[in-house]
Amino acid sequence: MADMNPLTPWRRLLALPNENRAKILIMAFLVSAFCTLLVSGATVILRPVQLANQAAEQQARLESLVAGIPGMSGLLKQTGGSLRTVVIDLARGRAAADVTPETLAAALEESANWTSLSPADDLAGLGSRPNYAQIYLLRDTDGDISLAILPISGAGYNGLIDAILALKADMNTIAGLAISNQSETPGLGARIAEPAWLSQFRGIRLADDSGKLRFAVARGAAGNDYEVDGITGATRTSNAITRMVQFWLGPKGYGPLIAAIKRREF
Amino acid sequence: MSRTAILSTLVDPLIRQNPVTLQILGICSALAVTTSVATALVMSASLTVVIVMAALMISLIRHHIPNAIRLIIQIIIIASLVIVIDQCLQAYLPDISRKLSVFVSLITTNCLVLGRTESFSRLNPPLPAMLDALGNGLGYSLVLIVIGAIRELFGAGSLLGYQVLTTVDQGGSFTPLNLMLLAPSAFFLLGGLVWAIRTVVPEQTEELEHTPPEMEANRE
Repeated sequence: MADMNPLTPWRRLLALPNENRAKILIMAFLVSAFCTLLVSGATVILRPVQLANQAAEQQARLESLVAGIPGMSGLLKQTGGSLRTVVIDLARGRAAADVTPETLAAALEESANWTSLSPADDLAGLGSRPNYAQIYLLRDTDGDISLAILPISGAGYNGLIDAILALKADMNTIAGLAISNQSETPGLGARIAEPAWLSQFRGIRLADDSGKLRFAVARGAAGNDYEVDGITGATRTSNAITRMVQFWLGPKGYGPLIAAIKRREF
Repeated sequence: MSRTAILSTLVDPLIRQNPVTLQILGICSALAVTTSVATALVMSASLTVVIVMAALMISLIRHHIPNAIRLIIQIIIIASLVIVIDQCLQAYLPDISRKLSVFVSLITTNCLVLGRTESFSRLNPPLPAMLDALGNGLGYSLVLIVIGAIRELFGAGSLLGYQVLTTVDQGGSFTPLNLMLLAPSAFFLLGGLVWAIRTVVPEQTEELEHTPPEMEANRE
């Protein structure tokens, strides 16, 4: 009669000498399977907590950006104290029809929702940009947009720089800039994240009366209303900020959206 | 296992057999994460948890680890534990996790962990293995926290975030030593610590590997 006890093969396996080839393979498999369970279990269980952390961090950064703009906290209290989140279709310059903030992450995992950039267009060194972006709008009591908060990103000297740009109601004046992620050289390029440097963006104008985008990080001290002081020893990082702002405010970035807001169509 | 043996397994690695200052193991992370006490504490706790859990798991299967793949098995267990710890830190201590950046993942390659599992846990029953691992984890933690405290105190004038010395910026008289926040200072401090311990406990002093050549007065 065959032995039906399921423990028997297990005991037989354990009794095998350690140098037996089958045992080596089975042990390797069992240890890997156990470790796989451990790792994927931890990742799956902890993912929601991590996502909540990231969202809270983004929110805190937005709030500190808004709080740093003069007169903004009063406006926030008037309008109910929070920003509206909108997902926009970048090419059309209006709210995306079928993508919501909740489904944005899933939509951006599909390569069909990305547009690759030709080298001439690709000022920010991104390679490709998403078709949808999540922005934040603050409206005054009449329903007019008083502040638009736009996430931007671009290649820096050591890696990607992520930032949040706030524009005033005229869509031509910077209300503030916050760096949310950078890996520039500490002490040089990394000074872009210092509040003292970021504070000079407040009130900087983007385009002149003819509509030409003139914003730049100067080499050395700023020369006109469209420039901010450069960082000595970090020319590549300073240039990256210039190009990143120019790209995202240009026709491939938020240009269509900004035009729509200016036409009061948004 | 007698009580004194248990105690010595646990206490020996603190100073007498300290993995960092005597065996000079795991100093990469000891240099990188000791700019403040908080990061040093979290790093120490992570390493101690990983080393104790790895000791337990490896000790449990010690009779069935094929010799040919024993290092692979140990590393895969350690690496999985490190990933789990890293995920926990990212979920519950996101700020500190960002400061520790890649160094939590690098616990995997910390020679201290593999050294203990390979030389002790693999050959001993679970309880002594875990005690030995705990002792070594605490020995590592002790060094990290001492260096972290010195660097934070003199580099930023604070301890665990509380301002102890008022810096010049805040209107006080203490000028922070910026060197303390850079990696080389950890080398100096670690060297000073090793020297201090070996002065107090002379048997830790290693024999010279090379003797300096004697000066010959009438060389031809």
